[in-house]
Amino acid sequence: MTGNAAIAEAAIRAGCRCYFGYPITPQNELTEYMAAHLSRREGCAFIQAESEISAVNMVYGASVAGARAMTSSSSPGISLKQEGISYLAACQLPSVIVNMSRGGPGLGSISASQSDYFQSTRGGGHGDYRTIVLAPASVQELADLTRRAFELADKYLIPVIILGDGMLGQMMEPVEFKHEAPSALPVRAGALRGAKGRHSRFVRTFTSNPAELEEVNWSLFRRYQLIQKQEASCENYLTEDAALVVTAFGIAARIAKGAIKQARALGLRVGMFRPVTLWPFPSEQLKELSKRAKYFLDFEMNMGQMIDDVRLALEGGGDVSFYGRPGGVIPNPTEVLRVITRVYHQKGLNQ
Amino acid sequence: MKKIFSRPRSLKKAVFHYCPGCGHSIIHRITCEVIDELGIQDRAIGVPPPGCSVFAYYYFDVDMVESAHGRGAAVATGIKRAHPESVVFTYQGDGDLAAIGTAETLHAANRGENITAIFINNAVYGMTGGQMAPTTLLGMKTTTSPFGREDKYEGHPIKMSEILAQVNGACYIERTAVNSPANIRKTQKAITRAFRNQIEGLGYSLVEILSPCPTNWKMSPVEAWQWIDDVMSKEFPLGLIKDTTGRGDAH
Repeated sequence: MTGNAAIAEAAIRAGCRCYFGYPITPQNELTEYMAAHLSRREGCAFIQAESEISAVNMVYGASVAGARAMTSSSSPGISLKQEGISYLAACQLPSVIVNMSRGGPGLGSISASQSDYFQSTRGGGHGDYRTIVLAPASVQELADLTRRAFELADKYLIPVIILGDGMLGQMMEPVEFKHEAPSALPVRAGALRGAKGRHSRFVRTFTSNPAELEEVNWSLFRRYQLIQKQEASCENYLTEDAALVVTAFGIAARIAKGAIKQARALGLRVGMFRPVTLWPFPSEQLKELSKRAKYFLDFEMNMGQMIDDVRLALEGGGDVSFYGRPGGVIPNPTEVLRVITRVYHQKGLNQ
Repeated sequence: MKKIFSRPRSLKKAVFHYCPGCGHSIIHRITCEVIDELGIQDRAIGVPPPGCSVFAYYYFDVDMVESAHGRGAAVATGIKRAHPESVVFTYQGDGDLAAIGTAETLHAANRGENITAIFINNAVYGMTGGQMAPTTLLGMKTTTSPFGREDKYEGHPIKMSEILAQVNGACYIERTAVNSPANIRKTQKAITRAFRNQIEGLGYSLVEILSPCPTNWKMSPVEAWQWIDDVMSKEFPLGLIKDTTGRGDAH
């Protein structure tokens, strides 16, 4: 199954009945899967919207009405969705937004890239907000984290971004779905369904009173602190005895893993730290790791974005090198192995 | 003594913040009367826009959700598709519906989304201080057309109702005004029809309402009412623009 289809199937099995999308490569298989499975079905909604902006606003409408709703796109389309994501964050509406990212800036390329790290982890749109960002590294993990995304969205009333890339979306791997699709989910408390048997409610973001908006920001911030405390997750791969730790996320981590296996075969003590949640960034876990590992090599398919979070987490405590390939170029493990070997020797770790 | 006039149930007991002579308060009230008449207060979900009527949720006693500028039709689509038993209406100004939200509006209509749009045309951006709107008349001076709107530079006033009438999914489009008791009654009938169409599942309905903005038109409320008759309705003729409902109960 392709990664894109796996996300779609996992979303349906997580109870997502409302999907709104707009064509863009390399995520079209996701929209197509949803068209085949959600359109013309009782209790489901599929719309190919007139734009990414409309699609995310349809998610906003469906979410406010209490449905598990999702949209997906790729980098340039995600830029268009930022307006809606800011409103979703402000109104505390659970929602899932998939970004199968591609090279940028501009129209860029349709090849896999990781250049949307900053946009994803710093809110992305206007205003002081964050979204949870999940970074899968395999088709199985795409499926698992899609389910997790809906759960986290409902738990914290927050938009959740799944940050994949064109390669993960297009590649085919075996995938196991652990859950059957529920027949119907209970309507979320607080949803707008018409004021039947209760007073009317409204959902809004605007206020003419800065003090009131400040309190909204504080309440969001407190929730973000809770999320940082509870939800940061990562994978440690062969880090127990590692002299050099590669930090990488998503598809880059997958490539790095291949390089690390080869490095180990050459007798180099190399491991990998892979954040699964990019926001919250697993800073504590990395800080903990830095007690036994001093040398880090940050590898990303961009010009260095996650490296800022790596350095912030290490608080100046580690030696961080960087290797990046931007623009949708996909390096192979041998290339990464060359970099690992060079850094390993430069830092005198083979002594 | 028999009570013959009172506040509609769907209208909250609140003082409108609108300027003297503004059309919003009239349109809010008659929309609430329609909601009461049709008995849909507990099914209605309103989608107000940014702009002067952003606080519509302080007045309408129905569920409401604020939309980003221009996205009302997309938000309403999401609500209606997720919860088809609801009666969803957007409340949109001319900048909202005819400029930034043109695409959302046109495509919601084209899909025949079963929603109701209440489109307030006052030919200016009101809340931001009277800038030129897509519907500003030729020759009309605004803060961003200080020399008067001229087609060569600023284009012509856009007629969204006529454009939307070309779209198959739109079943009912009427242009009315709220500048006289007779016109207010006609507007209320049109809003009633637009809601009834939705309840009967007939598709996209829109009522465009020419509405006075005395503050930004720099007129007295009386002059503003007169100006709608004398000038604005010449560019935006009142009346039924499209009706494919086959109900034949046009007034």
